[in-house]
Amino acid sequence: MSAQARTARRRSLPLTAGCVLVGLVVAVAVVSLFWVPFTPDDTSGDRLMPPGLPHLLGTDKLGRDLLTQLMIGARIALAAGAGSVVLGGVIGLAAGLAAGFATRWLDDVVSALLDILIAFPTLLLAMLVAATQTASLTSAIVAIGLAMSAIVARLTRVLVKRVLAQDYITASRTSGTSWPRVIAEHVLPNIWPTLTVNLALQFGLAVLAEASLSYLGLGAPPPNASWGRMLAEAQASVFIAPVGVIAPGVLIVLLVVGVNLVADGLRDVADPTRRRRRR
Amino acid sequence: MTAYLLRRTAFLVVSLLLAAAVLFLLLRLLPGDPANSLLSVGATPDQIAAARHQIGTDRPLAAQFVSWIGQMATFDLGTSFVSTLPVGPEIASRLAVTVPLTLLSFALAVVVALPVGFVAAHKADTWYGTLLSGVSQLGIAVPVFWVGMLLITVFSLSLRVLPAGGFPQDDWADPAQALTSLVLPVVTIALVMAASLIRYVRSATLDVLGSDYLRTSRALGSSFARAMWRHGLRNAIVPVISILGIELATTFLGAVVVESVFALPGLGGMLVKGLAQHDYPVIQGILFVSTLVVLVIGFVADLAQRLIDPRLRHSLARDAR
Repeated sequence: MSAQARTARRRSLPLTAGCVLVGLVVAVAVVSLFWVPFTPDDTSGDRLMPPGLPHLLGTDKLGRDLLTQLMIGARIALAAGAGSVVLGGVIGLAAGLAAGFATRWLDDVVSALLDILIAFPTLLLAMLVAATQTASLTSAIVAIGLAMSAIVARLTRVLVKRVLAQDYITASRTSGTSWPRVIAEHVLPNIWPTLTVNLALQFGLAVLAEASLSYLGLGAPPPNASWGRMLAEAQASVFIAPVGVIAPGVLIVLLVVGVNLVADGLRDVADPTRRRRRR
Repeated sequence: MTAYLLRRTAFLVVSLLLAAAVLFLLLRLLPGDPANSLLSVGATPDQIAAARHQIGTDRPLAAQFVSWIGQMATFDLGTSFVSTLPVGPEIASRLAVTVPLTLLSFALAVVVALPVGFVAAHKADTWYGTLLSGVSQLGIAVPVFWVGMLLITVFSLSLRVLPAGGFPQDDWADPAQALTSLVLPVVTIALVMAASLIRYVRSATLDVLGSDYLRTSRALGSSFARAMWRHGLRNAIVPVISILGIELATTFLGAVVVESVFALPGLGGMLVKGLAQHDYPVIQGILFVSTLVVLVIGFVADLAQRLIDPRLRHSLARDAR
């Protein structure tokens, strides 16, 4: 194998490994839409059973099937990640574009507001939003998405400013291209790679934030099994039923590691200079 | 520098006022009437009106806001709707748990992350360099409350060497006992925080290691240690300081979850309870104090960066922010 091919393979390793991990969780979530071993609110099993038959991974303190809950939890974790990224991405992109194009004083005001929002960490903002409504998956997604939008907006603003300072923008404007076309043809394609990598990282953070929120009781209510709430409920019976404390945590870690690996892989693809430096 | 200091202080004050206004409005959007927390079920409309009058929520929003800001300016955080005790002293006593928890975790995380991050970059080609990066990669993917749960299982429930949670009734009267109950929470936060810090330290170090000035210095005959000390560290530390500021702020507020895992009577527990009871003065007070702490940390981190890096001092303040 040539040295070049070897580097190419090493480079794609994080991307491949990440896709496999995320793919596994997605597959579980998709299967759970059509089939789960038991219904999530079926409490007919004996309580805190060890793994065996018919409950492959055992049961929780109410006699619910753990495997079923874990599968549904995959759905909730992915929904939380995807929902927050879409919400935070759209709001953040719009606000960041506006700030990037704004006149100096408006830009100052927006940047100051963003700095304050970012000073307020996701979790605290999420607790506030979750408290303004009854806690649910939606309230968690709204909260995490809003907090994320500030981070995305700040990044977008910097990226837009950098692109707008380039000579090809001036050239394009001079030859009569309208601003909307400049955005579509020059600005967005240029900021997209960096933004995608950041959104992938934010996806992982959103999964962690949702787990924390539901651990505190501010996420999806029962019988929707969120991994965070499963952990909170299993905490007291760690010696009788260790699977309940281990399995949801391991799944959270696998999903977030997977997403982060995808982000790393994408970054190496998007930014050749970084690739060279890293090696 | 003076001009910058003035600008930055003005920014701090304006931010705080803005944050206060946002907090105030956001809380008023909370559904549910705080008057209800004072009364039993089945209170008459008259009683509800009287309760509202007593806590002042029947006044116009603007009037409530002005009197609240006025109170803040004199460090009076108001009295709780529910317990009718002053909020300020309670926050202060809760801070006696949250502040040591935050600072100890932060210190431990920095002590671990700086050398580990440096080695992970310097020895990136060796197996242990890769291993260190891998472990930190894993660390940023772990939910902090899960780490706490696992540590409790091992050290409190199995080995029985450390308490699983709680804090001495008389706070710091017996420092040894208080510290013992902080060991596991501190380790929990520090582990997760160190994992993310290691990544920043590693990437800052990689930047320096690949830099032309370091190579030049080595070519001119400096030893690696000397080149690193004279040129490398100063350059690497600048981005790390701004990250440290953010991490410290995040830890302070993220302590909410860990305090809940270990049943510590910190600011987090007070906030969760205040939210459940719609106790506006409590929530406002905590969030106001937290915001103040977070903004001051950012202020100090910015100043520290400028003191270390003369390039930032001479460039426009605007670009540096």
